[in-house]
Formats: sequence, structure tokens, C-alpha cells
Amino acid sequence: MGMYAVRLWSVRHSRLLESFYQGFERIIVRLDPLWKRIGYERLEQPVAAVERQVKGLLFDCQMCGQCALSSTGMSCPMNCPKNLRNGPCGGVRANGHCEVKPEMKCVWVKAWEGSQQMLEGKAILDVQKPVDNTLKGHSSWLRVAREKAGARAQPEGRAS
Amino acid sequence: MTRHALTADRTATRARGRLEAVLRRGDFALTAETSPPDAGAPAPVLARGGCLKGLADAVNVTDGAGARAHMSALAAAALLARDGIEPVLQFTMRDRNRLALQGDILGAAALGIPNILCLHGDDVATGDQPEAKPVYDIDSRELMRTARRMRDEGTFPSGRPIEPRPALFIGAADRPTDPKPGWKPDALLAKIDAGADFVQTQYCFDMDLLRRYLARLADHGVLERLFVIVGIGPIASAKSARWMNENLFGVQIPEEIVRRLDGARDQQAEGRRICVELLQELSEIDGVGGAHLMAPRQEEAIAEVIADSGLLSRRSAA
Repeated sequence: MGMYAVRLWSVRHSRLLESFYQGFERIIVRLDPLWKRIGYERLEQPVAAVERQVKGLLFDCQMCGQCALSSTGMSCPMNCPKNLRNGPCGGVRANGHCEVKPEMKCVWVKAWEGSQQMLEGKAILDVQKPVDNTLKGHSSWLRVAREKAGARAQPEGRAS
Repeated sequence: MTRHALTADRTATRARGRLEAVLRRGDFALTAETSPPDAGAPAPVLARGGCLKGLADAVNVTDGAGARAHMSALAAAALLARDGIEPVLQFTMRDRNRLALQGDILGAAALGIPNILCLHGDDVATGDQPEAKPVYDIDSRELMRTARRMRDEGTFPSGRPIEPRPALFIGAADRPTDPKPGWKPDALLAKIDAGADFVQTQYCFDMDLLRRYLARLADHGVLERLFVIVGIGPIASAKSARWMNENLFGVQIPEEIVRRLDGARDQQAEGRRICVELLQELSEIDGVGGAHLMAPRQEEAIAEVIADSGLLSRRSAA
């Protein structure tokens, strides 16, 4: 129950966590040359281990490797017993609790609450792609760093 | 020629399909393989597998071969059955959980499909959508156990009754190996215990190895409890024989066969001739219940081999 309380705290403080993560993401994307020099492959295991600890504590993170927290009000959709990543099922109880685990608040009810406090809260309306199971257990942070750094590098490459 | 007496399934009072009937009366059974097409209409299913009608006793229908999506095996098998071709419906554990598998077992029986073959399935990583979720809720042995229970006890694993029960002839896969001293067919015995009535093997082109393998199976009482259908096929060329040796797990095509293919003017025709000879040799080996002919997307070559072998005309009248 302790973990569950932390998870609820994170959703209540979604705005704070959002600004923290935005700063964190800016740094890790900017450090892409460093990650490249060390080698993304070599970083994978240690970074994933840290990510598992930190996000495990804050969000009950399941390490799907394709983090959607910024789009889901800091409420992890992989904690939905049906793993729904695009909104709640039809079984949400009248009190906002889960159909499968009646003692738990619906992950998506919390997601909506969390998103309403966030600057980029409307991202909850973005459609999430189906889970890529090959990414399971991998670091989402490193993937974001590599992809965003790559996307930033590309337009420059085209201009030159 | 004596084949084995039948004790595998004592509860059956009569054969559930042509394949089982042929095996039980001791005739040499002929099965073939077809793969469902990437199509949303029935015609391509019959265009591929239709040529086997009347020739193969039963035709295996692959399930998501190569870890790719194709027309569902159940639907393709039902289309073949409707057209008078008896299917062996292959079940892999990769794409469905136990509930879906149990539902499809009943669906298969209801659609007139008397045979199933329980397999593990190719890994999703080898297919064209590696991001898909591999299910493997239960393993193939558990599916056999489940199918047998549904058939013999008329219940789901939970105990909930099924009425009427599905009539099923249950199959497993096997791979003949050169038995080392002391080797026991433990895996095969476990499959029999799980409910296998028959096995269809991986390609085996080495008849001497097969004889040694069967002798060991006989030592352990396997052949009285299980029909063994040996996998062979028309090899398209020497090149494809070498490819199979390097890439197909557990397949060893003897050098002599590769040399024959290499020296032939028409390698494809030679491959079919070799297959006919192997078929005839297989039909003389004690303990062999039949042959399983595989040749991806070459169902017509299989049909030709069966016709040329003359094995059907040698059968005792049913």
C-alpha cells in the first residue's frame, strides 16, 4: 500500500514532475554526444537499472520501454490490469475505481486528473501506438535521448 | 508387413477421420502440408491445396508460419474440409492464450476438422512484426493434455462440461536423431503421456539414421503407443538442399542425395524422383506409420510425388 500511496502522490504532483522531467529530458538529449562516445549499448543496462528504481518508486513503473507518463498525467497505463494505453475501459466503477481491482482507483481516472494540472496536459488526447514488446525492460530515457537528438540533427544535415 | 497394434487411444470406438482410419488399419498414411495465403477470399486456399484432394489422406494447415500473419489456420482448414480435403490443423502457442486455444479446438471439431497438431511456433522476433506480443500462455504439451481432457472427459480444464465432446486425433511434432548409447526418447514419451496419438516429424532424408532411431523407439515401447509419420519432401535443387542443411534445425540431407541433385540436368525433377524413392523405401520400414510431405508453396510437386509413388493403389480396400 506504501507504493500505491507514492503513485497517487506523483499524480497529485504531476505539474511539478512534468517541469522536472522537461528539464531532465533537455539535459539528457543535449548529452547525446557523450552517450554516443560511451556507447548507448554499454549504457543500456546501468541506466535501465536506475530508471527502474526511480520510476518504480514514483510510478510503479513496469519498464515497458516506451514511457507515456508525460501523456498520461503521470499515471502509468501499464498499471491498468488490461494494459490499456488509450483511455479507460467500460468497466470503471461509479466511484472511479477499477473493475478488475476494486481497491484501486482507475489508472485512467487518475491520468485525467493528473493531465488537467499539466502544461502539456492535452497530450492525453494523443493516440498511443500499440506496445512494442521488443522494448520491454529497456531504458525509455536513452531511447528518448537518442531519438530526439537524432531528430534535431536531421534538419541541419539536410540544409548543409 | 506388420505395423503396430493400436493402443494409443483406447476410448475411440471408430476412427475420427481418414488419416486415423488409414493408420489404424495399417496402411501407409500420406500427409502433406499447405500454408494459408495472404488473402481475404476462399479461392486462393483451394488454388494452393486443392491439388492434394484424393491424394493426401490429410493436409496440414500451418499456423502463422514464419511468425507472420496469414489467413487464420482454422478458417483455411475449414475451407479445405468443406471441399473434401481432410485437414490437420496446426496450433502454435505463440498467438493465443489458453481460452482462445480451447475455443478453437471446439470450433475445429464443429467445422469437421478431425486432426490437430500441437506446436510451439516460430519466435515473433523472426517474423515481420517483431514488436508483437508473444503469448505462450501454455506450452504445446499442455495443449495436448487439454485437448485430450476435452475429448475423453468432456470438460474444460476448469471442469465445466462440454456437450457433445470434440472428436479429435491429437498430434505432436518430433525430430528423428541418431540415438547415442543410453539415449531414451523421453520427450516423445512425455508427449504420449500428454495425449499425443501421432507424431509428424521434421524432415528426415537419412533412412539409416531413421532405422536406428525407430529401433530405439521400439526398445522403449513408443511404437505401440504412437503413430510415427516421417517428414520428407521433394527437394527443389542441390542449392536448396545445402540451404536446408545449414538453416533448418536438425535436418541433415545425406551427401549422396546432394550429389545426385548436383549431377542432374533437371534438378527439380530429380528432387521429385528422389522423394518418390524415399517414399517407397519408407513404406517398407517397420514402425513407420506414414510419410509427411513438406515443400513450402509447392503443393503440386507433392501431389505429383504421391501419384508417382503408386502407394495409393497398393492399399488394401478400406
